[in-house]
Amino acid sequence: MSDPSTASIVSTPPATMPTEAGSGAPVDAGLPGNARKEKPRGLLGDAWRDLRRKPLFWVSAVLILIFVLMAAFPSLFTSGDPVNGTLANSQVKPSADAWFGYDVQGRDVYARTIYGARASIVVALISTIGTLLIGGAIGMIAGYAGGWVDALLSRFADIFFGLPFVLGAIVILTTFNGAGSSNGEWYIMGLVIMSLVVLSWPVVMRLMRSSVLATKEADYIVAARALGAGHGRIILKHLLPNCLAPLLVYGTIMVGSFIGAEATLSFLGIGLKSPVVSWGISISEAQNYIRVSPFLLFFPSAFLVTAVLSFVMLGEAVREALDPKLR
Amino acid sequence: MSDILVSEQSKPGAAGSGRPSGRLLEVEDLRVEFRTRDGVAKVINGVTYHVDAGETLAVLGESGSGKSVTAQTIMGILDTPPGFVTGGQVRFHGKDMLTMSAEERRRIRGEGIAMIFQDALSALNPVFTVGFQIAEQFRIRRGLSRSDAKKRAIEMLDQVKIPNAKGRFSNYPHQFSGGMRQRAMIAMSLALDPEVLIADEPTTALDVTVQAQIMDLLAELQRERQMGMILITHDLGVVADVADRIAVMYAGRIVEEANVYDLYAKPAHPYTMGLIDSIPRMDERGQQLRTIKGLPPNLMNIPPGCPFNPRCPMAQPVCREKLPPLLQIGTDRASACHFAEDLVNRD
Amino acid sequence: MGRYLLRRLLQLVPVFIGTTFLIYWLVWSVPGDPFAGKCGDRRCPDSYINFMTEKYQLDQSIWVQYATYMKNLFQGDFGITFNNREVADIIATAYPNTLKLAVVALAIEAVIGLTAGVLTGLRRNGFLDNLVLISTLFLIALPVFVVGFILQWLLGVKWGIVHPTVSSEMRLTELLLPGFVLGSASMAYVARVARTSIAENRRADYVRTAIAKGLPMRRVVGVHLLRNSLIPVVTLLGTDLGALMGGAIVTEGIFGINGIGRAVLRAIVTKESATVVSIVVVLVLVYLLMNLLVDLLYAALDPRIRYE
Repeated sequence: MSDPSTASIVSTPPATMPTEAGSGAPVDAGLPGNARKEKPRGLLGDAWRDLRRKPLFWVSAVLILIFVLMAAFPSLFTSGDPVNGTLANSQVKPSADAWFGYDVQGRDVYARTIYGARASIVVALISTIGTLLIGGAIGMIAGYAGGWVDALLSRFADIFFGLPFVLGAIVILTTFNGAGSSNGEWYIMGLVIMSLVVLSWPVVMRLMRSSVLATKEADYIVAARALGAGHGRIILKHLLPNCLAPLLVYGTIMVGSFIGAEATLSFLGIGLKSPVVSWGISISEAQNYIRVSPFLLFFPSAFLVTAVLSFVMLGEAVREALDPKLR
Repeated sequence: MSDILVSEQSKPGAAGSGRPSGRLLEVEDLRVEFRTRDGVAKVINGVTYHVDAGETLAVLGESGSGKSVTAQTIMGILDTPPGFVTGGQVRFHGKDMLTMSAEERRRIRGEGIAMIFQDALSALNPVFTVGFQIAEQFRIRRGLSRSDAKKRAIEMLDQVKIPNAKGRFSNYPHQFSGGMRQRAMIAMSLALDPEVLIADEPTTALDVTVQAQIMDLLAELQRERQMGMILITHDLGVVADVADRIAVMYAGRIVEEANVYDLYAKPAHPYTMGLIDSIPRMDERGQQLRTIKGLPPNLMNIPPGCPFNPRCPMAQPVCREKLPPLLQIGTDRASACHFAEDLVNRD
Repeated sequence: MGRYLLRRLLQLVPVFIGTTFLIYWLVWSVPGDPFAGKCGDRRCPDSYINFMTEKYQLDQSIWVQYATYMKNLFQGDFGITFNNREVADIIATAYPNTLKLAVVALAIEAVIGLTAGVLTGLRRNGFLDNLVLISTLFLIALPVFVVGFILQWLLGVKWGIVHPTVSSEMRLTELLLPGFVLGSASMAYVARVARTSIAENRRADYVRTAIAKGLPMRRVVGVHLLRNSLIPVVTLLGTDLGALMGGAIVTEGIFGINGIGRAVLRAIVTKESATVVSIVVVLVLVYLLMNLLVDLLYAALDPRIRYE
């Protein structure tokens, strides 16, 4: 089965390469046991030691911390009002007074950009957790049960895989958010989260399934089974810890791409809408004034890009630390 | 571009004499180390051996003894980094290959010295047909046309006794059985009629019955073509029938070299003795198999003195202090043991 | 090969049915009143409601509706919009533009991505390697619309090197920037996959064999190494073409290209869900067929797959 990576429009990394030739399934966790015994530290300890020395890791971790603080306590960073402005200030350029200037409706761009973090990060985090839980659980079941259960679940995942990402999101969002309904902020946010999860879980499911398949036949699991360990115990005690690493790496990167995806949907006018404050909405509003006031585009874009980049960089750093081949 | 893939061998100074000795292939005092993040492993520590036309030299040793790395260095396919040649010479017809230009060396490969690898499945390119990979040499090296090259390739497949050579020409490596694949590998290495053939554990990956067939084929081809052959193996049983001389390697050096008869009858090194003793014998049924106790040394930290001393049943204080050089005993054998004379002269 | 093709084709059928049914169900069944919000901001004209109800048997169960819809579709009838335009017409006008853009994007990402990937794969840890790693990280992380806006503003507005939007003639020179923007993320993936693949295969046994055969380095790299390393790259490019042909909603929007993506977006904005379904179903079909093609391409490139 080739892997149709989610439409290139949103930056969702292709999870696995075609696996039929046995190439490239990311099974970092499936290390033979003896490879680990050779070193006194465990795989995770080793990875952490590696990670601590990487500036990339620290830079991205600090940035993420800042963004999370921004999302939780925006008032720490600004005293401005993100929602209301005075039209007299419309499109005033950045100055010492308002660092990022004012947008068309005279709202403080700095305040809007700070407050915009919340929507983006909340949506991305919840979607990521949802995707990991659903995709991970289904992948675990498919990989562990095998047989017709696996076949059925895999085909089911293929159905969602067949939907190009942006198109799928458009259909879902317009269906549930159609016909001039005046839906609340949280309702729309929930819808955006749902469409991200619905369209992304198959990637995680495949990732999980292939790591379970790779780990399932390992000697220590066969031994545990022979000793009479129940399914629940084998899954929780043995399979899960070993299949978690690639999932966590992918999850970290996914937060980044979901921030981008949320912004893309808002930008297209089918995601979050004003009066919600989000980077995507700001960028979308700025696009009509690109010739006159490019700074309106610049600041929210810069924040968006930095946020996405921090998560992707963190994921990369962790991946490199976990992948013994790259050492 | 060449330095990208082939090891850029560090060129040792004018060490060694370099006098023409009429030998076909000589390795002299070769030294190779692997530089890794965890330290420097001295993999080859002064290996010297030679092979002449028409003779078979078996290089015997455990895995990690450096026998394959020596072969890779001769072929110029050592992975650099981590492998670096730090000294010695590899002379082909008296000319040091380590100081040759990349182009000169390339011309020797295949035509002068060819190599058979252990695992034919990974050594053959999976996406090209076996025929293509053999014919390729005739086309590129000899400038033959496609159809002539194909004819010659089929002849080669015939010579290594692959049935239906014509039909097999366009099969992919994974469609061959293990034994057939190794035959194809042999056909490929012999295509350019090399003077020296290095066979690196050619039968390790095969079934026992197939092993014998492949060894017979190799021996037969070697006789017919009067090639010099270096047979690398860890299996004493394999070498007895084919080899003229045997060089035993331990921790990156030759510890004993002798002809087959002498070596089996009277090993002149305790390590060789241990190897011979650990062969299961029909006349000692029911007894426990003898093994050499202990493990090969860590190459990053080779013990002082004789590297075998921690495992040697007859080790003396001198063995922990002084490294025994490889010395001639009598006319045509050598050993690197302080007590080699005693061993040879016992009863 | 024939059996392989058949098997892949059969696996495709349930996925196609599942995906298209999902879309059909979402658009026609979930909202309750099937005509709510399907005709712009006004209520649908009765004539349209009657016509559609009869044609697609909307008073029947969803299964019958879906079957009717698919039957029409496969007879080349893509339906009509409420203001009497053939959906097939819309697709016919828009699709060539999308295709042109997709081909330009694919060419750009293949050329740049491959070159960068091969060069860095052969020489790792050099200046170029780090440059490529960092720039690909950026391209992967940036949402397309951000890349699009920034480049449009920088190259089109500020420096005036290129025309910021594409004219209806779709000249090749005008398509270079949108093509680059559209292909930017995939370009980064191509570069990275090629780099990893080359670096992994470089130490492969068969490469060593090729060197031991005394082949010139040109041939070892150009034939033996590349042929193997390119398998995952070509697969990636194929999959990506499938995605590109599904319409570049964002890129087409930014640069004002009248492609299929913009048609979908317009249909959404003007609330013509019937049109949306038809176009999306066609795009899904294209996407799935492209993926099938990729599988076949993969099998053609790697003989081990064909004979499994």
